[in-house]
Amino acid sequence: MKKSLFILVALFASVVASAQVSSLPSVTLKNLDGKDVQTADLSNDGKPMLICFWATWCSPCKKELNTYADYYEEWQKETGVKIYAVTIDDQRTVNSVKPYVNSVSWEYEILSDVNKTFSQAMGVNSPPHTFLLNGKGEIVWQHVGYTPGDEEEVHEQLLKLAH
Amino acid sequence: MRFSIAVASLLLCAKSWSQEQPGTTENKGQLHGNVQALFQNYNPDEAIGAQVPDAKAAMNTFGNFTYTYGQFTAGVRFESYQNAILGFPNRFKGSGIGSRYVRYNADNLDITVGNFYEQFGNGLSYRTYWEPNLGIDNAMDGVRIIYKPFKGVALKAVYGQQRYDFDSRIINGAGIVRGIDGEVSLNEVVKPWAEKPLKVTLGGSFVSKYQSGETFERDSSVFNLPNNVGASAGRLGVVYKNFQFTGEYVLKINDPNADNGYIFKRGESIFFNGAFSKKGFGVTASAKYVDNMAFRSDRDALLFDVPINFLPAITRQHTYNLAATLYPYATVLNGEVGVSGELFYTFKKESALGGKYGTYVSLNVAAVNSLDTSHVGGRDELINGYEVNSFGFGDTKFVRDVNLEIRKKINKAWSVNFIHYYFEFNTKVTPVTQDFKGIVYANIDVIDVQYKFKPKHSIRAELQSLITEQDKGNWATALVEYTFSPHWSFAVMDQYNYGNSDSEKRVHYLYGNIGYSKGASRIMVGYGKRRAGIFCIGGVCRAVPASNGIEINLTSSF
Repeated sequence: MKKSLFILVALFASVVASAQVSSLPSVTLKNLDGKDVQTADLSNDGKPMLICFWATWCSPCKKELNTYADYYEEWQKETGVKIYAVTIDDQRTVNSVKPYVNSVSWEYEILSDVNKTFSQAMGVNSPPHTFLLNGKGEIVWQHVGYTPGDEEEVHEQLLKLAH
Repeated sequence: MRFSIAVASLLLCAKSWSQEQPGTTENKGQLHGNVQALFQNYNPDEAIGAQVPDAKAAMNTFGNFTYTYGQFTAGVRFESYQNAILGFPNRFKGSGIGSRYVRYNADNLDITVGNFYEQFGNGLSYRTYWEPNLGIDNAMDGVRIIYKPFKGVALKAVYGQQRYDFDSRIINGAGIVRGIDGEVSLNEVVKPWAEKPLKVTLGGSFVSKYQSGETFERDSSVFNLPNNVGASAGRLGVVYKNFQFTGEYVLKINDPNADNGYIFKRGESIFFNGAFSKKGFGVTASAKYVDNMAFRSDRDALLFDVPINFLPAITRQHTYNLAATLYPYATVLNGEVGVSGELFYTFKKESALGGKYGTYVSLNVAAVNSLDTSHVGGRDELINGYEVNSFGFGDTKFVRDVNLEIRKKINKAWSVNFIHYYFEFNTKVTPVTQDFKGIVYANIDVIDVQYKFKPKHSIRAELQSLITEQDKGNWATALVEYTFSPHWSFAVMDQYNYGNSDSEKRVHYLYGNIGYSKGASRIMVGYGKRRAGIFCIGGVCRAVPASNGIEINLTSSF
C-alpha cells in the first residue's frame, strides 16, 4: 500500500509539472428550463466569460452577484463579458433559485450543479469562487470569497483581457 | 491497493501520451484539484464545557487531483486525520487514499470505475455526495454508466458499495447498492414540441440494496430480515413560461432497520414544489410527506452513515449565526408532513419604497408536524408498527419557521439588511440541545450594516438578538468586520448567553479571525471561544462541540 501511495504521489508531482491547467472539465448541468448543458461547450464568441459559483444560502455569494449586476451592462459594453452563475444549491433549496434570480433581476446564465459535480471538478472548496476565462476558454484568473471592492479587481482583470 | 496501482498506471499512460504529443493544446492533459488543511488546538475551558482531546490538537487534510486527457479522467483524493477535528466522526484516522476513480467519457457514453457521486432526480431514491466540511462522504465504490442513446434521453446505472469509514484507506459499508434511472426531456425527443413554451421532463428510478440478513426475535415471534430491499421512484418536471413545477414519489418495500425500530412497514415519500416568478417577483410553495424513509445500505447504521437517499428539510437554510446554529431543523426520516412557502419581491428603483437602488424583501414560512397515525395493536403492530390515516398533519408539532428579510442599499457607501425570525422548535423530536426537551419559542432579530468608505475598504457590523424563555434563554451576538479588497479581512465576534438561567453559563464567547485570499488560495487564522452548536452546509447539519483555541484553515485550488 505504502509503495503504491508513493508511486501515486511521485506521478502526480510529475503530472502537475507537465500538465496545463486551462479549459473546463466536461460535466452535464441543467439550466433554469431543466435542459442539459455541457460545461465543456460553454463559450462566448471569443470574448471573456466569468464563471461564478454561488448558492441561495450563501450571503457573500449573493452580495457578489448583486454587485456585479450593477456593473454588468457597463462591463458587457467594454469587454463583451458573459457571466455564468453556477448554483450549488442542493435539493433543499434548488427550487428557490429561479424565483430568487428573477426577483433580483439577474441577467446571468444560471446553471444548476445540484450534486456539486462541476464545482468539485473545478476544485471549488466553498462558494463564492469566481473564474475568469479568456476568449479561448482558458482559465486565466480566479478568486475565492467576496469582499466589497473585489469588483474593482474583476474589472481590472477584464480590461486586461480586452486590451 | 490494486486499484490505486491501476489508477497510477493510467496516469502514467496519460502522462506519457502528453509528452509524446507536444504542441497543440488539445494534446495536453488537464489537471484540476484542490487542497484543504484544517488545524485546531484545544485549550481547557470549563465555563463553556470545551472538550480537550488527549492530543490537544487536531488536523484534517485532503487533496483532490483530477487529471483529464481527452476522453479519459483519473482522480485521486488523499485524506489525512491526525486526529480528526472534534465534530467530525472520531473514527476517521490515519492518512491514505479516500477516493479514486477512472472515467471514460465519450459523446453519449460515460463510464466511471471506482468512487463516484450521483443523484437520481430529486434524490428521494438515491444520492451519493461529498461534504468535506461536515465529514460526510457516502461515495459509491463500484461502477457507474451513463448512456444517452439520443438527444433528450439519459439512462444511468450504478452498482457498488458505499463509503462508511476512513482508516488510512476507504472502508466500505456492509451492503451493496444497485440502481437504474431514466430521464426523458419530451421537448427534445418529440421534434414538433422543440419550441413549445411547455417543457416537460419525466423520470423514473429503481434502487435496491443487498445485505445478508438473519432472523431476529421480538415478543417471542421470529422474523426473517429481508436480504434485498428495493425502492421505486417516479418524477415529473414542468416549466411553462414563468411557472415551474417539480414532483417526485418514492415507494420502498419492507426494510426493517435501526431507524424505524426494525418494523416491516413500507416506506413512502412525496415531494412537490411549484413556483412562479417574473422580473422583480418570485413565489414558491412546497409540500413534503415522509413515512419510514430511512434508506441505508447497512440496516444497522444511523445518523450520517451510508444513507442511500436524500430527504432535505423543507425549512429555509439560514445564514446568520444564531438562527443557523441554535435551532436548525432536519427531516425526521421516520415520518413527517410539511409545507412551506416563499415570496421574493424587489420594490422598483425610484419608487416610494424602492428609493434610488430598489428594496429587496423576502418572506418565508414553513410548518412541519408528525404523521397522522394510529396504533394498530396486536401482531400487526409488532410487524408494521403503526398505521397512517391520511397525508395530513398529525398532532405533534415539529417546527414552525417564519422569517422576513429586508435588504436595502441606501447609497454607494451604505447598505442595510434586516431579518426577523420566529421559531417554534420541538427539541424532543430534533435533539439539538441537552438542556431542554419540549417546544422552544424564539424570536430572533438581525441587523447587518455595511459601510464602504473607500472603493476597496469596508466595515460591516452585525447585531443579533435571540429571545426565548426556554432552553438556554436569551442570546446576543455582535460582529465587526473590516475588509480590504481583494486580500484581507479582519473580524471580531462576541456571543453572549446573557439569559441563561444558570448564572455560571452567562459566558461571553469572544472570537477573532484574520483572513488572507490570493487567487484561488485562502488562509484563515482564528482564535477564541466557540460555543457548541449545529454547523450546517446546504441541507445537512452536524453537531460541533464547544472549543477554545486556535483554528487555521488553508484552502487552495489549481
